[in-house]
Amino acid sequence: MGKRWANRIAIGTLWFCGLTTVAILGAVIVYVFVRGIGQITPEFIFTKPHGVNAEGGIGPTIIATLYVTGLSMLIVTPIAVLAAVYLAEYAVQGRLVNAIRFAADTLASVPSIVMGLFGFAFFVESMGLGFSVLSGALALAFLMLPIVMRATEEAIRSVPRYIRWGSYGLGASQWQTVSRIVLPAASPRILTGLILAMGRAVGETAVVIFTMGQAIYLPLLPTDPGRSMTVHLYMLAMEGINMEAAYGTALLLMAMVLSFNLSARWLSNKNRRLQG
Amino acid sequence: MTEQREHVEAAPPHMGSVLKMMSRATYFREAALRNLFLLCAVAAVAGVALIFVFVGVRGWPVVQDPGLAAFLFGSEWSATNDAFGILPLVTGTLVVTIGALLLGAPLAIGTAVFLSEIASPRMRSIVRPAVEMLAGVPSVVFGFFGLVILRPVVAALTGGMGFGPLTASVILAVMIVPTISTLTEDALRSVAPGIRHASYAMGATTWQTIYKVLLPAAKIGIIDATILGMGRAIGETMAVVMVAGNAPQFFAGLGEPIVTLTSQIVIDMSYASGTHRTALFGLAIILFLISMGLVALVRTLSRHAERQG
Repeated sequence: MGKRWANRIAIGTLWFCGLTTVAILGAVIVYVFVRGIGQITPEFIFTKPHGVNAEGGIGPTIIATLYVTGLSMLIVTPIAVLAAVYLAEYAVQGRLVNAIRFAADTLASVPSIVMGLFGFAFFVESMGLGFSVLSGALALAFLMLPIVMRATEEAIRSVPRYIRWGSYGLGASQWQTVSRIVLPAASPRILTGLILAMGRAVGETAVVIFTMGQAIYLPLLPTDPGRSMTVHLYMLAMEGINMEAAYGTALLLMAMVLSFNLSARWLSNKNRRLQG
Repeated sequence: MTEQREHVEAAPPHMGSVLKMMSRATYFREAALRNLFLLCAVAAVAGVALIFVFVGVRGWPVVQDPGLAAFLFGSEWSATNDAFGILPLVTGTLVVTIGALLLGAPLAIGTAVFLSEIASPRMRSIVRPAVEMLAGVPSVVFGFFGLVILRPVVAALTGGMGFGPLTASVILAVMIVPTISTLTEDALRSVAPGIRHASYAMGATTWQTIYKVLLPAAKIGIIDATILGMGRAIGETMAVVMVAGNAPQFFAGLGEPIVTLTSQIVIDMSYASGTHRTALFGLAIILFLISMGLVALVRTLSRHAERQG
């Protein structure tokens, strides 16, 4: 009797844990949606903030967010993918590979505020790029590097080995095998990883606040400054002015991040079905 | 999942299958590409080195002014008094991190056990995406949620403004759930199924199997997961800034404002100059060393476990 009751209570507790986690996510989404949906008008999305209380829209911050995210992905994708190719296809276990993995793990766990200060010291001041989209994108690229590397390496390693043997058997060189057989086969999963990384970059605050700046500005050139949606939300919430716009910004931000997440999920499910 | 793991641990698939005879042009092209890829991989190492150098150079002068002892063991942080002692910030970080782990780790480990041992495939297909999406929610949104929803509740409970360690810990607990839960679930899944079957065959209940067999078997993985969750809590910035109250004072109660290593940087960075700014870079060095130390700890633990198992 004792052990059966203990079992029931324990399983009940575990159910409670699982459901609580779902409930927390649900609460955040529902709350942000309910309070924010009234704000979402074409004017809010497309026009500039104006006045002392940042009335009007958040257009420039959306552009700045997408701009810096896109640019950082452009910078990081080739490096991270090729690095992953090296680790998965070429590297032989040894001290160098160990150092690379340790560095990647460290990079992945560096607090984003440290990355922000680094970006400020290196890109903004030492390289003289100033507060700009380019500085922000470069700093974000450092943050994304280990994430994209890991996703790509896993994607490459999940390609069955016999496909490579087929290619080598036909007399292909290693690069031919990698570029024409392995990477195409791994590409859907690599793409999934890239989309997830983009979602992460869109939500990043501490890095861009000290590299892209806080001025509301519509960036056109990569050397222009800008304020991201996350920084905008932070400023509005901390100053306690115009909470309506804060709710609206939070909703748009969540919608963006979740749509990245959901499309990555959809892509990987579709891919799994195709492969059977 | 298990199949993927097998691939990861396998030797590079090309071993011994590279062409033995090729033209000189092909040989050079292959070698050049190989070195290019190596260069990209070394970018990660270069990144860590660059961060260390640039943050280090800017922060190093704290050793002279205000002096290493005054910096590490000073109990006052005040820009107006030119005092930059980090003890209040360190205790602040410690308090919210312990709070986050106390609340978040049981929830996360419970969720992981639920996912790997109890949930039906259908239930799993709801809970697991929720955990993954929770990981994707931006930290400012968590901070905002804490500010507008949690803060009033805490204010009613503690009688203050609601800024402080309790609010920060709850928000951080939610934020570290995905980290700990995902890694713990991986650890549980890598326990051989035969061990489970053996336990059930002996007449053990589900809970006995979990408590006496699975959790001990996955112990190292769970400890690793918790350490990484701790790293996330220590390094988290924006959410904490928004709910901690940001007063550089020692812990005085669950509802009294405090500040952490990360949030002090955000608060001061916009106006700090001279020694003050140097001290902020000093904080960044400390944060960097902590996160690097935790990664090294996790790697050592895992390697130790591998050698034993």
